Amino acid sequence: MTTLEIAQRVDAKGLSCPMPIVKTAQAMKTLTSGQLLEVLATDPGSTKDFEAWARTTGNALVESGSDAGVFRFVLQKK
Amino acid sequence: MDETLSIVLFSGTDDRLTSASVFAAGAAVLGRPVRILLQYWGLQAFRADRIGCAGTVSADAGEGAIAFAAARDSHQVDWAETLRQSKELGEVEIHACSQSMDVLKLQPSDLDPMVDGVEGIAGFLAAAGDGQLLFI
Repeated sequence: MTTLEIAQRVDAKGLSCPMPIVKTAQAMKTLTSGQLLEVLATDPGSTKDFEAWARTTGNALVESGSDAGVFRFVLQKK
Repeated sequence: MDETLSIVLFSGTDDRLTSASVFAAGAAVLGRPVRILLQYWGLQAFRADRIGCAGTVSADAGEGAIAFAAARDSHQVDWAETLRQSKELGEVEIHACSQSMDVLKLQPSDLDPMVDGVEGIAGFLAAAGDGQLLFI
């Protein structure tokens, strides 16, 4: 398994909607095309929010999972 | 998903303003233009000397008012800040309804810098076009 090179991490644990995707959008602005962003969140709606955001903005959702109530997303800037 | 989301923001309580800010933020990060029209109590909440959480909750809240107040006091919800961030992230325009300006006797200089200008109903509805319109 290759380890992904994360350019930036966003800790959105404890933040309610819309803050996880707001912070993600803010962080994405600072990345260049192809770079990876990792986001941690606890908001229950996170998975669908990130899937919808990635699909709509064209930034790829490379990884999506959860562990003990913490969602982890890895997104690639388009 | 690039049609404008238009929001008529009539309410001035923190809970309803928070709701409006969530829609604006969500649309902004999805790349949809947002246009907000501030009417009456929504406009009043954007007075430069009052902007931010005024400590008000709508009557609908009932016993939920306490939980909302706790979220507000711990800054879990902060509608003005969410709107400012939305403006930086996407195309979010906030306009003051000109009739409400007249009724409340406000000048543009009385309003928070987040407010982009004054607009009449025809201008707002024309700009709303075929996009969705919310009333909050």
